Amino acid sequence: MDKIKCECGHVNPEGTVLCEACGKPVERNQHIDGNDKTKLLNMRYEGSARRSQTYNRSIVDKIWNFFSSVKVGVWLIVLALIASGLGTIYPQEMYIPAEAVNRDPAVFYEASYGLLGKIYYQLGLHNLYSSWWYMILIALIGISLVICSIDRFVPLHRALKNQQPKRHSNFLSRQRLYSLSENVSEDEREVVIDRLKKQRYKIMNKDGNILAEKNRFSRWGPYVNHIGLIIILLAAILRMTPFLFLDDYIWVREGEQKVIPSTDGDYYIKNNRFILETYDEDDEKFQAAMEQKGELTHKNYQTDVVISKVVGEKITGVEPELEKVTEGSIQMNKPLKFDGYTLYQSGFQENEFSSMTFKVYDVNDEDETSLGEVKVENLMSPEKTYTLDNGIEVHLNKYYPDYEMDNGEPRSVSKFPRNPAFVFEITDPDTGKKEISFLGIGKNIDATGENQYKLGIVDFEMHYVSGLTVRKDYTLPFFVVGAAIFMIGVIQGMYWQHRRVWINPEGDGIAMAAHTNKNWFGLKKDIEKAIENTNIKMVVDQEERERKEQEEQEA
Amino acid sequence: MESLLNVSSNALYTAFVIYLIATGFFAATIRDKRTSDGKNTKTSIIAISLTIIGFIAQVVYFVTRWIASGHAPVSNMFEFVTFLGMSIVLAFIILFFIYRLNVLGLFALPIAMLIIAYASMFPGEISPLVPSLQSNWLFIHVITVSLSQGILAISFVAGLIYLVKKIDQSKRSSKTTWLEIILYSLFVTLGFVIITSTFNAMDYEATFVQSENENINMVYHLPAIAGPEGFELTTADRMEPYFNAPTWMQGSEAPKKFNTLVWSFLIGTIIYGIVRLILRKRVGAAIQKFVKNINLDLVDEVTYRAVAIGFPLFTLGGLIFAAIWAQIAWDRFWGWDPKEVWALITWFFYAAFLHLRLSRGWHGEKSAWLAVVGFAIIMFNIIVVNLVLAGLHSYA
Repeated sequence: MDKIKCECGHVNPEGTVLCEACGKPVERNQHIDGNDKTKLLNMRYEGSARRSQTYNRSIVDKIWNFFSSVKVGVWLIVLALIASGLGTIYPQEMYIPAEAVNRDPAVFYEASYGLLGKIYYQLGLHNLYSSWWYMILIALIGISLVICSIDRFVPLHRALKNQQPKRHSNFLSRQRLYSLSENVSEDEREVVIDRLKKQRYKIMNKDGNILAEKNRFSRWGPYVNHIGLIIILLAAILRMTPFLFLDDYIWVREGEQKVIPSTDGDYYIKNNRFILETYDEDDEKFQAAMEQKGELTHKNYQTDVVISKVVGEKITGVEPELEKVTEGSIQMNKPLKFDGYTLYQSGFQENEFSSMTFKVYDVNDEDETSLGEVKVENLMSPEKTYTLDNGIEVHLNKYYPDYEMDNGEPRSVSKFPRNPAFVFEITDPDTGKKEISFLGIGKNIDATGENQYKLGIVDFEMHYVSGLTVRKDYTLPFFVVGAAIFMIGVIQGMYWQHRRVWINPEGDGIAMAAHTNKNWFGLKKDIEKAIENTNIKMVVDQEERERKEQEEQEA
Repeated sequence: MESLLNVSSNALYTAFVIYLIATGFFAATIRDKRTSDGKNTKTSIIAISLTIIGFIAQVVYFVTRWIASGHAPVSNMFEFVTFLGMSIVLAFIILFFIYRLNVLGLFALPIAMLIIAYASMFPGEISPLVPSLQSNWLFIHVITVSLSQGILAISFVAGLIYLVKKIDQSKRSSKTTWLEIILYSLFVTLGFVIITSTFNAMDYEATFVQSENENINMVYHLPAIAGPEGFELTTADRMEPYFNAPTWMQGSEAPKKFNTLVWSFLIGTIIYGIVRLILRKRVGAAIQKFVKNINLDLVDEVTYRAVAIGFPLFTLGGLIFAAIWAQIAWDRFWGWDPKEVWALITWFFYAAFLHLRLSRGWHGEKSAWLAVVGFAIIMFNIIVVNLVLAGLHSYA
């Protein structure tokens, strides 16, 4: 590597544009920052040697240079922005509404949105955010973030660490703010330095050459916020590992106790009750809004649960011994936490029957006087045989918890008692005659037409099924840290500015130059305050002057 | 209770009227020959004082409504959009005291008023909170987002002022056309407000019943230009639709919303046409005289400063607070819901804005165009995502 030795004696790395120590432009590298075409120096990266601007031979160089370009970075952002927008045209697969006629994506999109929907589905836009190409796009942004940051941070840090108060005259005169003053006394210089100190500038003095500098830390803001973003992206990758993140779902009925999935069978949950509250229709406050909506507004979803842990060994087939861990209510916005797990209220079903009561009566009795009642408890697994007080025996021959007719054959759609149907066999205690009745909601069939007894539904109870999300997420702290670092970085870079003023003796006067990365107005004010009532001339904004001259020429 | 709500809505009305008067005073500061940027004449002091009084009136609206409803009044379209209008005014007041730019008020207040008027087209009754909204994060998240959007709206206003002044109106160009489109969109919004409030005042209702299933109906509150496909008009003495809304529009009550859109464009176009006829030049050219004396660099600085404040605030409210709440309420901090995606798009966009400006030197006009596009994305997220794309945030 060719080092560049400056006339001030400092040895700069290859690719340096402005000497790290004295700022003298390195002649052969001026094209890198475009200084060869302008009067003023480009100070964005202090003229430091950036890898991307120095090497362009090997394939590694080329990849590095590609990703270190802000232009490429912005293009990646724009692409991600457009891609993200595409995914919102129609709902993503996970948001296909539960009430849709057919939730199969192959059918849903075409049925709901026609040809455009079909194309949307076939292009895979219904799962856009987990598609390989979207992930690659985000990964490319991540790579760009890392490379951009390293490419600039390392040399910039080096340059700012090595800077010297004595600057080359070419460097000074080519700063945006510059002035040359004659006949400046030692006292006046002292006054200015003092005033700069009062404005919280740090003063570096070497043989009468002054560098006043403040808020250098703000230059690191962009790199800090990029680190925050990288941590967030890494956390997102970590989240794909089951080790740090688990996501499961459990439906638990009122009164039911079952094992919590994804806990290795260690934990059990008992649903003591589920509460669904709605706002009072007559509530004066909300009446108008609710009338307009035309339906009741839900107020609360709540499951009261007991969480238990298995103690001792787990043996298949043997009821485990349980010890209560915690007890409480799970509500929306109030999840329940225990031993690293979190349970969220995220759904409920209200269409299940828990028990049904029937009465037995004589077919010929017009008043349908009850001869006795049969209460079928626990419709999840009902008892088979019931004996009434008068000796009539009722036997449950067949049970369909979720009944439907399928090609003339009765069957159960699911094992959940959402539409229970029963085939009862009634035995007369006197004659011993057996007869069959089929019973369901809205159905009461006597297949032979010769039955003496009939059954009728007199009462039923329903229960709620509560849907709970089971979560364990050890990646959350990473996201929190990433977000915090990002915010700190943004604020650090945005609300402070790195301001520097150089004062170098020049004959019997001084040369003064100043630079800031943002808010030139503020820097000018600082200088005005510092040089008030001295012989030192106010710095001239050379960029503004140039522009004004240009405008006048045009006019 | 009832009286508190009355106080609340009267305060909002008062605020609106005061903003209107303040706009007049800001306009007067421009005509005032002595005014130059940085100096405040009496007119200018009156204008900003009125703005502050109007803002206080709106704070009264906000606080009384909060007390009356028992929750932060940012839970439906009416409340949220009204609060956005309030945020714009607050952002303007803050930036006014930094830059003392009268012309900013002349443009920012009408836009805030248009937004408040737009909000009042939505049902204004206080509505109960569904379980997912019952959290303190409701106001923490929504208020931060809204404030950030208010400030970003000011960057749009400054960008607009920049473009009005900078763009050469002596001949027609793609730039003058785009500027006209931006201004025309304001007329369409005005058209929406006028047509909706007119027929609301008349209690207009036309019921359409689905031919196949008579239990399904759709009630139009505007005469149907575009009717729903497969429905029949059942209310007597109502206008029959001229054509049916396209069937590929699927959202809830899509034909009705499409009809409203058609009306808004119709009325907006008529008003715009009349204004053009009176002015006999482009609207952009006509308002150029209001920005004659402004300093472009200063306006550009306002654009940047507004984004510099708005971007971190948006990140905080629209992404970080949003994620925290989503984690608590919906068990995941990020779920690719359309609203979330569009918040991310907004964030991407302003990130690109800042990179282009700080790293690639996109100042002045380029920056101004970007500020306009950014605000268009924000409005898209508030209006289209809530009303057209179905999602978890469709509370209105």
